[in-house]
Amino acid sequence: MKETFRSWINGETDPIEELLDSWEESDPDREERKSLSKERIRTFMEQPGELSAVRQIRNRYTRIYYIVAVLSCIFLSVVLLYTVSLMPGLGKVNPRATEVSDRYIEKGVEETGAVNAVAGMILDYRAFDTLGESHVLFTALICVMILLRIDRKNQRTGYEDYYTIRNDIYYDLSGDPILRTMGRALLPCILIYGIYILLNGQNSPGGGFSGGAVIGAGLILFSAAFGMKAADRFLNMKTCSVITFVSLAFYSFAKGYVFFIGANGLENPIPKGTPGAIFSGGMILPLDIAVGCVVSITMFGFYSLFRRGSIGMDVNYDSFSKKERKAGGEET
Amino acid sequence: MSFIWNFPLFTVLLSLFSGPLCMMLSAKAARNYTIAYESVLIGMTGSVLAYTLKTGTSFTYTMGEFPAPWGNEIRAGSLEALIALLFSVVLLCSVTAGYHFIRKDMDESKINLYFTLLNLLTAALMAIVWTNDVFTGYVFLEILTLTSCGILIVREIGRTTLAAVRYMILNLMGSGLFLMGIVLLYDVSGHLLMVPIRQSLREISSDPAAIPAITMAVGIMTIGIAIKSGLFPFYFWMPDTYGWATPTSGAVLSALVSKGYIFLLFKIYYRAVGIDVMQKTPILKILFVLGICGIIAGSFNAIRASNINRMIAFSSAAQIGYIYMGIGIGTTAGFAAALFQILAHALTKSLLFLTAPYLAEVSSDSLKFHALQGSAHRDPAAGMMFTTGALSMIGIPVFAGFASKLMFGQAVVLGGVHWRILAVLATLGISSVLNAFYFIRTLIRIYYDPDEQAKSSANSRSAFDLSRAGFGFAGFVLVVLNVFLGLFSWVVSDVIYRGLGMFL
Repeated sequence: MKETFRSWINGETDPIEELLDSWEESDPDREERKSLSKERIRTFMEQPGELSAVRQIRNRYTRIYYIVAVLSCIFLSVVLLYTVSLMPGLGKVNPRATEVSDRYIEKGVEETGAVNAVAGMILDYRAFDTLGESHVLFTALICVMILLRIDRKNQRTGYEDYYTIRNDIYYDLSGDPILRTMGRALLPCILIYGIYILLNGQNSPGGGFSGGAVIGAGLILFSAAFGMKAADRFLNMKTCSVITFVSLAFYSFAKGYVFFIGANGLENPIPKGTPGAIFSGGMILPLDIAVGCVVSITMFGFYSLFRRGSIGMDVNYDSFSKKERKAGGEET
Repeated sequence: MSFIWNFPLFTVLLSLFSGPLCMMLSAKAARNYTIAYESVLIGMTGSVLAYTLKTGTSFTYTMGEFPAPWGNEIRAGSLEALIALLFSVVLLCSVTAGYHFIRKDMDESKINLYFTLLNLLTAALMAIVWTNDVFTGYVFLEILTLTSCGILIVREIGRTTLAAVRYMILNLMGSGLFLMGIVLLYDVSGHLLMVPIRQSLREISSDPAAIPAITMAVGIMTIGIAIKSGLFPFYFWMPDTYGWATPTSGAVLSALVSKGYIFLLFKIYYRAVGIDVMQKTPILKILFVLGICGIIAGSFNAIRASNINRMIAFSSAAQIGYIYMGIGIGTTAGFAAALFQILAHALTKSLLFLTAPYLAEVSSDSLKFHALQGSAHRDPAAGMMFTTGALSMIGIPVFAGFASKLMFGQAVVLGGVHWRILAVLATLGISSVLNAFYFIRTLIRIYYDPDEQAKSSANSRSAFDLSRAGFGFAGFVLVVLNVFLGLFSWVVSDVIYRGLGMFL
């Protein structure tokens, strides 16, 4: 009791480290395993990149967690199904239930100038939500950049650099004739199709998010088939951030302008155009282009960051790692 | 229509614009820009507050050409303006006081990305505070989720990675449940804007058969937000998340992000569902009980903690419990007490999270209690500020914590039901004793120096150190606001009551 109290006062135990344990199938002895496990947990706590050294981190209650997780999922599904059975019929109790969707369907074309009702809804009626949504993607890109972009802190020994460069050589398919030929044949089609989807968002299903995704896939194919170096000529860290910044800033300002004149009761000078023409729907087309740029750059950025820990070639391994590789990696 | 009506929109747009901009700047420029623009935010939210108090009315602002049930809308009253002002002040203080550790904890090339995330987080907080639309709330909740994981993981040590993975999973589960709740609510009412939802729910709820569906919709949302903000059974992620993040992130996450979630939930209760409908469901009663459990459990865990940051984080769990208890009382006085607690806790907890690392810095970078022995003598300024925060947490008169506890007591005594009075007063008493137990132990730790070694130690700092002007400024502002809230609580509670009056 006195000992416990003293260790409390001095704060000598760390509950999380005490609770965690790591297993590896080949671990021989129980005692040895315990000390090994402690060692591994400590390594992990200091260097998260060493996660590969820890096959499994478990808590002593892991098995109970599995059971409880399954049970609570089943419980939630049953409760939700039961709730749906309790829901009042559509429009039966509440005559105003379809008021909003009716207006979107009946007056959407006239009020927004967009034949595609979905585009009219997300970029005109409820544009504030979409303004947030396009920043969600950007936020995700920044988070991935923080995690994966190689810097002095998470590369540590130069050892991982060594792996990255080796991966680049092993998995670099840019010399592959089949991939190159097919890439040459498919790329123009993919990009043109993407642009078509992007520009026709106001008239047919599509728009910024889907068109941008297609263009992003095209960019990924390009960098896989012709090598990161070729892609780096026009898609490096700098151009990527400039394009994203300009698109998002344009989006914020354009939409802010529309919100401002709408709320202040000023006249909207942006023409709606004839529904069905390519220049129609007021601000929808330029906004779709901005969203498309952000989405395609984000997709390419994800690929590039997962592939080599940088966007384009902006982390220069050759100068950055040679001396450190000599210090750390080469010996092992 | 005054030009000030545009300010809520400008705060959101400016923050959204600042995010991508900071990506292009260097680390130092990003910091200076962020400080400048957060000062502008304080100015804007302050003028909205002054305007709404002067005119005594709130205003709604149509986002675009399409009015209420069809387009988006934001809304500003005294209450929203007060919360937004608080958020921007605490953000400014966290950045100025924590920049020292930002530079220490992360790589030079990623500091601008950190500010990018912080500014997007500000945008999300502002939008959540101003929004009049449930779905807009959800969209910006998503941004809040992602950015809060980002500012946690940027430290790149194992503890934060572990914490961020867990925080991410729980947060996404919370978002998913919240979205399901919105879907159910939309199914029942046919609307996404708060005022039309309330109108149609009022009609529907006259039919008792519809109550279970409404209960389920609001209940799922409540569970989602409870997971995200750390109510009783879901508080176990807090110590790692708050305790190991870089101090700015710790302060922002515990003081602002969880409050943003709770404010959104409160808004939905009050404006979208309506308190009269809420009273027909058991949700408020459950929140009351869980809040009390959270207060007790958080305090006991804080006593067991071996590390100062974990202790402060567990005490957050207890303080969140107070807020939910206030909402659970279900009277106007209870809501006012809960909102006051949001203010008091945001100011106090950010102060604690920003000063504790300075104490650790002069104690060979260890947050463990045995290393902190006598640290307040080595860094007197940080010691004094930490003491202020600790005394406020315990609930000593003069400080904000006392005023909020007093308001809880008054609210429940005025509220009526006898078992509730007993429960709240007993909880207030027990939790004050428990708070005192672990905070006074910490104060003794940091001031007791048996061998007089600390004073002569080489790495001690003087109280007035110009190289720490940012920290001094932030600490001073937070301490002054804390004392103001404690001494002149009637000014703030008057603003809250007036805000609640125009909240419907």
